[in-house]
Amino acid sequence: MKFILKPLLMIVAMALGMTAAATLPARALVELNVNKGNVEPLPIAITDFQGGDALGAEISGIVSADLKRSGLFAPIDKSAFIEKISNPDATPRFEDWKVINAQALVTGSVSKEADGRVRAQYRLWDTFAGQQMSGEQFFANDANTRRVAHIIADAIYERLTGEKGYFDTRVVFIDESGAKNARKKRLAIMDQDGANIRYLSDGRSIVLTPRFSPNRQEITYMSYESGQPKVYLLQIETGQRELVGDFPGMTFAPRFSPDGQKVIMSLLRDDGNSNIFAMDLRSRSTTRLTNSTAIDTSPSYSPDGSKVVFTSDRGGRAQIYVMGADGSGQTRISFGDGVYSTPVWSPRGDLIAFTKQTAGEFQIGVMRVDGSGERILSTGFQQEGPTWAPNGRVLMFFRDSAGGPKLVSVDLTGRNEQSIPTANFASDPAWSPLLE
Amino acid sequence: MGRIAALTRNPVMIALVASLAIAGCASKKTPNSAADLGLSGAGAATPGSAQDFTVNIGDRIFFDTDSSSIRADAQTTLSRQAQWLNQYRQYAIVIEGHADERGTREYNLALGARRAAATRDFLVARGVSAQRLKTISYGKERPVAVCDDISCWSQNRRAVTTISGAGS
Repeated sequence: MKFILKPLLMIVAMALGMTAAATLPARALVELNVNKGNVEPLPIAITDFQGGDALGAEISGIVSADLKRSGLFAPIDKSAFIEKISNPDATPRFEDWKVINAQALVTGSVSKEADGRVRAQYRLWDTFAGQQMSGEQFFANDANTRRVAHIIADAIYERLTGEKGYFDTRVVFIDESGAKNARKKRLAIMDQDGANIRYLSDGRSIVLTPRFSPNRQEITYMSYESGQPKVYLLQIETGQRELVGDFPGMTFAPRFSPDGQKVIMSLLRDDGNSNIFAMDLRSRSTTRLTNSTAIDTSPSYSPDGSKVVFTSDRGGRAQIYVMGADGSGQTRISFGDGVYSTPVWSPRGDLIAFTKQTAGEFQIGVMRVDGSGERILSTGFQQEGPTWAPNGRVLMFFRDSAGGPKLVSVDLTGRNEQSIPTANFASDPAWSPLLE
Repeated sequence: MGRIAALTRNPVMIALVASLAIAGCASKKTPNSAADLGLSGAGAATPGSAQDFTVNIGDRIFFDTDSSSIRADAQTTLSRQAQWLNQYRQYAIVIEGHADERGTREYNLALGARRAAATRDFLVARGVSAQRLKTISYGKERPVAVCDDISCWSQNRRAVTTISGAGS
């Protein structure tokens, strides 16, 4: 079986010279603070990119949708615009934008080069300071115009918030179709906004829990294709698959180490309990990390690779534990009223996201790595399985309602919840690192 | 034409014809069926057949929430299963462990595995050869009942003993 993805694009970024007299010091217009009360989204005007016929409007539409979904920006309706931008490189009439309360303005252009590549450039303006904040141009092959738009959105997000963006990313997930008692489950991959879906398995076997390698080219997941449920690796570009390890029983709940050299997972013991093992993908050697007569599962490395957070019911009901990457110092960190599972370490290292069951509901929340400061971001009848955006500011998870699961994202304030459009039911999302 | 129309308007007649056909067929093929031995109609299966196991013995047991303990009612079922499996040794056995949807996917894979193992251990203790027994967990991926309340969840928290490889 071979799954060919579009060839990776060559993105060439170049800074555009400032047209304003002075270069601004880096100043964020949006402050990211999860503990702050209501964060007013920043009003921003995103004009249609000039040239390229429909392409210009398409790119500005994607940029606008990305920024809006972050919850940090409020793109202004184009019908309110006063100045019609004819030259995106010329200094705009700031008064025209201040009067409609656009704090920031994006202008840009797109064109096709003689060699078939697409050239897109943008400029970001601080209307109240009356200056350009940033400007860049990108070259990409024709098939990747959506990626160019996401990269521009990331650049704007980063310039205005002071933090890396997360729009030029993908999500692997399980596409689900058919009746609940006969669900067809397929491995699928798409852009973070739901576009460009591609299927990576045919649905003949149950597949679950895909997770990205830090190299973005590989995923690990669980499949029933051999009869026994086992953990596999899949090369996204070539479709090449391989079994991870040679264990007698079921292997499940896999994740990569931050350096991509190991897969950590659960192995079923003969007595019916499950313990955590790590396998080095080069040497094929395996290391046992837990040895309890309990369910130990859902392991996730800290971003520096020194620790592992996991679920265990060794204390009676499922709770969250942290240990060293060698299995040392296993310590319970969750003590709230309920059952905790699916812990995932933030890529920033500061938080652990989890699923909590309490009072007949399922919650998605975060806690600090010592278990303190628990905050619930979303509550529902049936929802689980958070995954982090690479900047550690947004979580995606799946929620079962109206007959099947769908993907939902929520930011760390818990106030900005967004559904991710998918054609079928969808579960087990896993966010990629930023593409390169 | 007129006769067919009359028949379709008379479901009792059709049901009667159908049941006669089945009874006739069954009695020709299997003179020693449970029905001939005076057992109830529901158990009209060849002794030692997969249907006999499913219908007359009971192929599944149920669990309490987040538990893999074999309940008293399940012990009765499993004892019957062990007796039957020890009588009909031609079958290979796979025990499927399942969970309801009120848990996370990965945890429920582990929970289903634990239920399957507990079921296997009970059967082995009742004399079923461990060599014949395999287990598999489906977690919450294979529900039989699909509503969103307790009545369905309790049916989905189960271990199902499946048999295959019948000889003659």
